[in-house]
Amino acid sequence: MADIFSSMQFLWRGLFVTVEVSLLVICLSLVAGLLLGVVVTYGPLPARLAIRLFSDVIRGIPILVLIFFVYYGLPLTGLNLNNFVSAVMALALFSTAQIIEIARGALQSIHHGQTEAAKAIGLTFAQRLLYVIFPQALRRFLPPWINSVTDVVKGSALVSLVGVVDLMLAIQQVIGRTYVPLPLYLLGALIYFSINYTLSSLSRILEARYAYIRE
Amino acid sequence: MPISASNATSAPAHEPGQPVVRIRGLKKSFGQIVVLDGINLDVHRGEVVTIIGPSGGGKTTLLRCINVLEIYDEGSIQIDGVEVGFTDSSGARRKRTESDLAHHRAETGMVFQLFYLFPHLTAAENVMLGLRKVRGFGKAEARAIAERWLDRVGLAAKADSLPSQLSGGQQQRVGIARAVAMEPKVLLLDEITSALDPELVGEVLSVVRKLAEEGMTMMVVTHEMAFAREVSSRVVFIDAGRIVAEGRPEDVFQKQSNERLRSFLARVS
Repeated sequence: MADIFSSMQFLWRGLFVTVEVSLLVICLSLVAGLLLGVVVTYGPLPARLAIRLFSDVIRGIPILVLIFFVYYGLPLTGLNLNNFVSAVMALALFSTAQIIEIARGALQSIHHGQTEAAKAIGLTFAQRLLYVIFPQALRRFLPPWINSVTDVVKGSALVSLVGVVDLMLAIQQVIGRTYVPLPLYLLGALIYFSINYTLSSLSRILEARYAYIRE
Repeated sequence: MPISASNATSAPAHEPGQPVVRIRGLKKSFGQIVVLDGINLDVHRGEVVTIIGPSGGGKTTLLRCINVLEIYDEGSIQIDGVEVGFTDSSGARRKRTESDLAHHRAETGMVFQLFYLFPHLTAAENVMLGLRKVRGFGKAEARAIAERWLDRVGLAAKADSLPSQLSGGQQQRVGIARAVAMEPKVLLLDEITSALDPELVGEVLSVVRKLAEEGMTMMVVTHEMAFAREVSSRVVFIDAGRIVAEGRPEDVFQKQSNERLRSFLARVS
């Protein structure tokens, strides 16, 4: 009984790490992705090309390779990051690349006439983005973004492979002690599913909330 | 067609004093294609200048250059004596900064063929946005101004409707209210009835007619020849990037002095 209790506590801490990794990655990649997404849509050509190159390269590499590269590869250049930071950074890079593309798609889907009408009443670039483009792009951004958030939560399980004791690694370690794999894997799957199902439900609610805007 | 009352009060073609819009030697190309090829034109306060001509002749580009949605290549456009697209310092022409351009665009209202209302904002909010963020009015003040203008275009009851809930004609009237609420020095109308069902054209034109009678300075690109004849103080015929004929509407439409003008009018009427 005490065994189960300590196992549960162990899993609970793992879940906390999973949530911590996910939240960090989601916040970092949202800020970086939106910023770079705006630049890639409206910025000068050299910046656009550089960001495109970044996002194409990152999206063409498996997340696991990215994590190993940051954790095992970067130390060769003298940059030593611990496993937690490496894992978060690799996941954030990956997610940033996704969000750049989502943001670019959402921004470009807004008709050029909206920008012209906003210019015509004298709004500056920042005002046009803030009051005209972003509110319209938001509803096109949200569903694919929440999709990418669920990818982050699922992808966070990969941090276990560099020894970060997240939910996944906690489950494996408990299995290693107790030799009861199936119920524990099922429990893990259920937890991941609950998180992501909640997120995708939220996405549907938000979609409905913004459905009234039509062009 | 008789000359309407609005013509009697409008300015003659060569009014003394500084024009609101002064265009000299204006040139604009898109790649190899020369769209504007040396336009000279003055628009005085209270004048309604209608620009007619075949598609691709440069009419719309001319309007877009005036509020700098397009940057012109050569020549000069001045609004109340101020060059709109460039600054001149010791002979070097420099494109104006973004905030300069924004400031300038607020002085030149533009109404678009396809309305381009902001779909996420109500009719009143569409009108209020520029008033609040550019003119700096508070919310209540901006709302009052917006309601006054919506009332004048006959849409007082639709202030809280979203564009998607309005007909094309109603949307375009909101578009006009959004532009004139900023009290621009000149109002630019770019084929504002071309995208409307025929039965909705009249309600939009009557709003423009009213503005003309109240002395709003306007430049109107249109294919509605009867309307052009009725409201214009002056008609300008542009073909292949040049002003080919210009004059009082009765002269332009009746004398048809120019061969290209004659064939154009024969096609559209």
